[in-house]
Amino acid sequence: MKTRRLSMALLAFAMIASLVLSACQAPAPTPAPAAAAKAAEPTNAPQPTVAPASASSSQSLIFLASQLGPVEEQEKMRNVILKDFTGAEVDFIADANENVILDRILAESKTGKVNGSVVGALHGAFPNLIAANALEDLTPLLEKLKDRPIVKEFLTLGKMGTDKQYYIPWMQATYIMVVNKKALQYLPQGANVDALTYQQLGEWGKNIATATGEKKLGFPAGPTGLMHRLTQGYLYPSYTGGLVTTYRSDDAVKMWTDFKAIWQYANPQSTTYNNMQDPLLSGDVWVALDHTARVVNAFKNQPDDFIAVPAPAGPKGRYYMSVIAGLGIMKGAPNKAGAEALIDYLTQPAQQAATVREVNFYPILDSGLPTDLPPYVKTESDGVLKQARSADAHVALLPVGLGKKGGDFNKIMQDTFTRIVLKDEDIKKVLDDQATQLNALLTELKTPCWSPDPVSTGACQAK
Amino acid sequence: MRSKVESALPYGLLAPTLLVVVLLIVVPIFQAFLLAFQGSDGGFTLAQFQKMVHDTAFLDALKFTFLLLIFIVPLQIILALAMALLIHKRFRGHSIFLYIYAIPLAISDLAAGIAWLSIFTERGYLNSILHSLGIIDKPFLFLSYQNLPAVFGTIVIAESWRATAIVMVILLAGLEVIPRDYFEAADVFGATALKRTLFVVLPLLRPSLQNALIIRTIFAFQTFSVVLALAGRVIPVLTGEAYYWYAANRNPNVAAAYAVLVMVFTIFITIMYFRLLKTTDAEAGYD
Repeated sequence: MKTRRLSMALLAFAMIASLVLSACQAPAPTPAPAAAAKAAEPTNAPQPTVAPASASSSQSLIFLASQLGPVEEQEKMRNVILKDFTGAEVDFIADANENVILDRILAESKTGKVNGSVVGALHGAFPNLIAANALEDLTPLLEKLKDRPIVKEFLTLGKMGTDKQYYIPWMQATYIMVVNKKALQYLPQGANVDALTYQQLGEWGKNIATATGEKKLGFPAGPTGLMHRLTQGYLYPSYTGGLVTTYRSDDAVKMWTDFKAIWQYANPQSTTYNNMQDPLLSGDVWVALDHTARVVNAFKNQPDDFIAVPAPAGPKGRYYMSVIAGLGIMKGAPNKAGAEALIDYLTQPAQQAATVREVNFYPILDSGLPTDLPPYVKTESDGVLKQARSADAHVALLPVGLGKKGGDFNKIMQDTFTRIVLKDEDIKKVLDDQATQLNALLTELKTPCWSPDPVSTGACQAK
Repeated sequence: MRSKVESALPYGLLAPTLLVVVLLIVVPIFQAFLLAFQGSDGGFTLAQFQKMVHDTAFLDALKFTFLLLIFIVPLQIILALAMALLIHKRFRGHSIFLYIYAIPLAISDLAAGIAWLSIFTERGYLNSILHSLGIIDKPFLFLSYQNLPAVFGTIVIAESWRATAIVMVILLAGLEVIPRDYFEAADVFGATALKRTLFVVLPLLRPSLQNALIIRTIFAFQTFSVVLALAGRVIPVLTGEAYYWYAANRNPNVAAAYAVLVMVFTIFITIMYFRLLKTTDAEAGYD
């Protein structure tokens, strides 16, 4: 009798356990360490807090932002960054899913019942908003902001290839190189760590490997790492001056050949790295290239060990990817005066500094920032500014106008990397294959070229 | 009247389970099928399957899924059988072993994967211990993409640790229902422990073995989080590819095609087990 009962209990236990296990496994779970990334700008995981009460007075103003979606960042925005603004009572509305906000903007614009006044979104989202005729021309406002040292290149981007100013730059994130100070002694002769080339990066990795017996360069080539962004915004443009149009050019072949040489000295565990701050902190990697939000803990936890330097340069210059967010004003905005005042407020040095301090997005101002930033922010922002100010610097952008197919585009990049670098396939053949896929995708979407590729009339195509 | 109620009772009791199964399993399966055969215009197409088959990672994913199956399932059945037999001995303190063996059941598979990552990574626990013992003077890279057998080995170890317990619990339950009379009879006829295990225990354990094999094989097809944590995408598996297509590439259709493929394999293998390990009613304990 007793054994019967025990066996029944065991069986029940087994069934419950198997149910729990299969429930855990069945629908692709979002893996915790990997979850950080929205496609473009990783942020810290949101902490659940109380939902804000929306105040509406006659002076109210709705600010719709596709960025700063995590609740923690929303709270920083409301309680710190927007606190001193007196021009209107701001109702800051953001969502962790960027499309929720963009859909709302488009819907308000389409129905003519516009509630939002200020719009904050990534550069890549603006073509759709402009196509829907949802935004004002801000050229008159820019006149008033003339005294502000906004990076010229960002202002040009805000015109979206027209003669109108569709957005005023708001904040940016980028990818920089982080260096453990121990690596500096192995720099190749004559190399300046603030102005490296990709070739020197390879030599540097070789020197380190010869001296320590370990491969200490690192790349975020893990399952949710942002390696494809490095291909898109750094390697390709720096070697070929473009991305899509030059996808299978001779310059591209040269780039992959060089990168394979660099990769020889990359830690072979790079294919498991989703962010570079962990391997940097553990000492597995000494030199790494990654998104600012994915290396910031290295500076935070061991401020004396690391420096931030610009990404390397290739034959066509030092291209870096800038994730730029801009501020626009909706056509038919209920509080246009307040909206202009808010944009003025957010682009002031004090608020720009607060933004980097509180939510880790970098200023779009060339100078004039206060110096009382926490040390780790200062170290990282030094690198960001050096990169932007390098004599040979050029900005590459996140893909523009791909909408929901952005994932397919990234996959083509990532497959190219896997086949050439990890599987050692013939470069020319892989590039031909992948360029064919790229052309098919962009033809289907009818997406024109974006910077750094030259403006095209039809769909952007690899030659 | 009374008999009508009585005969309806079993169906009434089954109804809630049936409802849950239909809502949470049958309906999603149906939806996955629809997605997998649906083109961007909503019509029927095989394009998703073509896209899946021509994908760079597809053949590797297929290969590694089956390799994992071949390595993990027998290993786990043998380990679990040994553990179950040990506990079945009912020596003093055997319940402590039961609890220790069952610990991995309580840990989510991704957490298990990350725990094993902290063991096998370059400056992880294993390398630290080996180093402090003087066995190695430089960390050994278990997780290098250039050394796939090592990566594969770490996955087999981690998966075995994680999911052997569930097999053990099933087998132990099976052992418990074998009447003691059989063992006593074997003893009377002077069978050795080995003979008793081979000729008495194993045949009588067949129904439980069948269940364990089916559950374990289905889980092996679903192996995903541990692989993700330890190998990234260097060792692709079918469920992992389904996840990437859904989450990273934002393409639910191809993800559904992978899901359908996994389901077809699972059903096929389950039927095979039923055929091969056919049990009689007597063996199943319905005497």
